[in-house]
Amino acid sequence: MTDQSGLMAAVDDSPKGGGLRALLGENLRQYGIMLALVLIVIFFAVWTDGRILMPNNLWTLVQQNAYVLILALGMLMVIIAGHIDLSVGSVVAFIGGVVGWLMFTYPFWHSHWYLAVGVGLGLGLIVGVWQGFWVAFVRIPAFVVTLAGMLLFRGLAQIVASRTMAGFEHGFNQIAGGSLPNFLGFAANPLNFLFKAGSPFGQDFDVVTLVLGLAGIAAIVITTLRSRQSQLQHNLTVESRTVMVIRLGVIGLAIFLITAVLSMNLIGGTPIVLVIVGALIFIYSFVTSRTTFGRHVYAVGGNRNAALLSGVKTARVDFLLFVNMGLLAAVAAIVTTSRAGAAVAAAGQNYELDAIASCFIGGTAVSGGIGKVGGAMVGALIMGVLNMGLSIRGIDANTQMAIKGLVLLLAVAFDLVSKRRSGVS
Amino acid sequence: MADNHILEMRDINKEFPGVKALQNVTFQVFNGEIHAICGENGAGKSTLMKVLSGVHPAGSYTGEIVYAGEPCHFKTIRDSERRGIVIIHQELALSPYLSIAENIFLGNERAKAGIIDWRKTTAQAVDLLEQVGLHENPNLRVVDIGVGKQQLVEIAKALSKDVKLLILDEPTAALNDDDSEHLLALMRQLREQGITCIMISHKLGEIMDIADTTTIIRDGRTIETFSMRGPDVTVDRIIRGMVGRPLDNRFPEHEPKIGPEILRIEDWTVHHPIDNERVIVDGANLTVNAGEIVGLAGLMGAGRTELAMSLFGQTYGSGISGAVYKNGQRIETKTVTQAIHHGLAYASEDRKRYGLNLIQTVKENITSAGLHQLARAGVIEVDAEAGVAETYRKDLNIRTPSVEVPAGKLSGGNQQKVVLAKWIYTDPDVLILDEPTRGIDVGAKYEIYAIIDRLADSGKGILVISSELPELIGVCDRIYTLSDGRITGCLDRAAATQEALMRLMTQTTDEEAETHA
Repeated sequence: MTDQSGLMAAVDDSPKGGGLRALLGENLRQYGIMLALVLIVIFFAVWTDGRILMPNNLWTLVQQNAYVLILALGMLMVIIAGHIDLSVGSVVAFIGGVVGWLMFTYPFWHSHWYLAVGVGLGLGLIVGVWQGFWVAFVRIPAFVVTLAGMLLFRGLAQIVASRTMAGFEHGFNQIAGGSLPNFLGFAANPLNFLFKAGSPFGQDFDVVTLVLGLAGIAAIVITTLRSRQSQLQHNLTVESRTVMVIRLGVIGLAIFLITAVLSMNLIGGTPIVLVIVGALIFIYSFVTSRTTFGRHVYAVGGNRNAALLSGVKTARVDFLLFVNMGLLAAVAAIVTTSRAGAAVAAAGQNYELDAIASCFIGGTAVSGGIGKVGGAMVGALIMGVLNMGLSIRGIDANTQMAIKGLVLLLAVAFDLVSKRRSGVS
Repeated sequence: MADNHILEMRDINKEFPGVKALQNVTFQVFNGEIHAICGENGAGKSTLMKVLSGVHPAGSYTGEIVYAGEPCHFKTIRDSERRGIVIIHQELALSPYLSIAENIFLGNERAKAGIIDWRKTTAQAVDLLEQVGLHENPNLRVVDIGVGKQQLVEIAKALSKDVKLLILDEPTAALNDDDSEHLLALMRQLREQGITCIMISHKLGEIMDIADTTTIIRDGRTIETFSMRGPDVTVDRIIRGMVGRPLDNRFPEHEPKIGPEILRIEDWTVHHPIDNERVIVDGANLTVNAGEIVGLAGLMGAGRTELAMSLFGQTYGSGISGAVYKNGQRIETKTVTQAIHHGLAYASEDRKRYGLNLIQTVKENITSAGLHQLARAGVIEVDAEAGVAETYRKDLNIRTPSVEVPAGKLSGGNQQKVVLAKWIYTDPDVLILDEPTRGIDVGAKYEIYAIIDRLADSGKGILVISSELPELIGVCDRIYTLSDGRITGCLDRAAATQEALMRLMTQTTDEEAETHA
């Protein structure tokens, strides 16, 4: 082909080098955050003499942090679109209060606890519609709307849950406290000769957990291979085979180890809440990467004007984001109330800050437009592991908070500095 | 005579990355005169004034500036202001929620040890307002007075700094006739007080009216300087100087295949989005035929982009009235979605702000306006999407290592191709291309022109907005001229010379009335 202009490609690098660097640069951030998590886990494993890796602690880690993982999913999208939501902690308290009050006060709701859960979810949608309306259609900055929401819903929570309401149906408490029933029996632990009798690591495996874990690994491998294949079909640059194999190997091994440890848990198998969180992570990964709605969220956050001029209904996107956030806050409220076994007005204190911090630690851009579900989840886990490790070592809560503050600051500083260096303005 | 110059700029050269904005510019201003600078958009007028006032600091340009007999090396605006040079930009630099008096003394407060002396502030503000003929309470907020009065506040502010050389960049562009008259009268009065004025303006009538001397700048060079008192000075003479950019762009050969009318706009009137009284586009009528490339020429502030954006989903303006017809059928284009649905596309003049999401990938930008074609029940078919992006990368020769690279990493020309790909993918019938080759190099321009020709040949109607007259003459089959929000003419390719276009582009309402009479 004759090149009329005779111009050299005016991109930064020659195609090959640029492509490689662009791919690595993008992924380095993702790998970096994962690596940070691994290092933190190893650090605490050493420092707590392996106690943080005990099956029961892993179980607790999941239980304790489910709310952050759930809220961070919604918060991630809100932040990508260039907003913020300061109200989620209060919303958790409010919805938990209403659901708890229903079940505590009325025998009908007590026994039909799943209907009360439905009411809670519906209420979450209504709260989302309320805040979304002000942000999207009256165009009040989300910071202000949700600051007002923070006060409003905390106030309502205190009215609804003026006293602690406890004593719910077993089924409701199982949401955060229970495990999947062990209907597939146990498998003998081939390594139990390595451990002393009675050691938590010498237990037999819960088969349901093992099956779920292996299914998860298979799903990740299959989707990776399929997307690689389709990228190759379209002549797109893909990561090298070695990198892919190593990456899959590490992820697979990690999931397998977690599964194995969880399946040895004396309390029993896979926490139900892990299944809920896992399903939500899967759904939101899909929504953000594969749906038009997800794409519009990134488009609005990256350049609102350009999105508008491309026919994106930006107000609708903003509205739906807050409706979604309300729904997820309701899920978090139910998990939190179930875990506590009680509805209290003080529930959900600082949850918004935990969720926001998870997103930022996980590489979500402060100015919007950039962020991944995986990153936010790892960010949340980093905070969770820090909490747990420091607690096991008996570090007091105030010091913990200070440490988390510094981690957040450093993570964002690292992000901004590396971005400035790579020159994407 | 030489001692009578208040200002001499000699051999000024100023470069921006890839562009020579000023080349050996020489510019002399007599003490106490009103000196007009004329030139097309992008000729280098504002750059020259920025060099003079220290916005572009000494060292970032070469050449000599001698002001009041002394060589000057201004590093900042403050340096030049200390010597009595004050520049008033087209975009007024007032703080809207501060009062008139506070604005006049902003950065120059009447204060002792950091504590403002309000009595002095108010008293002096009243004096200054008297001088500029503005009878308003100095405690009013600037946001509460009109643009014309704000302009006077700017001048009062300049007077408070003991201005000797006042530079006004398009001072009447945003003003109505009365306010313009008042401002011109004030400039005459300042001249009597011995203040020298440099005025950049597109309104040639005003220049004829008020200027003592005119300098014409074209493509970063001084073309000529002449006294307005000479016998043969006419608007035509100024126009001849302004136009005549070299025809150094090359254009692909193109034989138009013009079909039936595809788009018609009738009586299109648009008001300013905030100042609802101000008419930005005034009863415009315009048609585009299938397969035709139609140009829209106009100087800065004529209302070209505003016309396009008001048409495209009313993304500009308020109080929009008029009718749009597509293939003879009346259509509504009140939202962007409606406009796209009716087969309109608008590629903005400002790629970075309105055209692209620089942090999203090339692929995601290309599919952003036509994403619904790739989605089933809201789920994107990612394989197909990659295929679409790949097709356009090859088809439009977008130079990028991969379509997965952020759009911000591409050069200007390739970014523009991404914008075009995005709109072509929506399969529009009419494409409005606003400054499609702004800020891109000659080679990429040629490629863009070839794409435009291909689109027209496929039966689409194209409306090209451009500040470069040779470009319009080179690519368009027919060119409309816009002046002050009004369509002042429509020339066929054969009749479209730079001079003829510029005459229509600078035609004001009064002249129009005269020609009709």
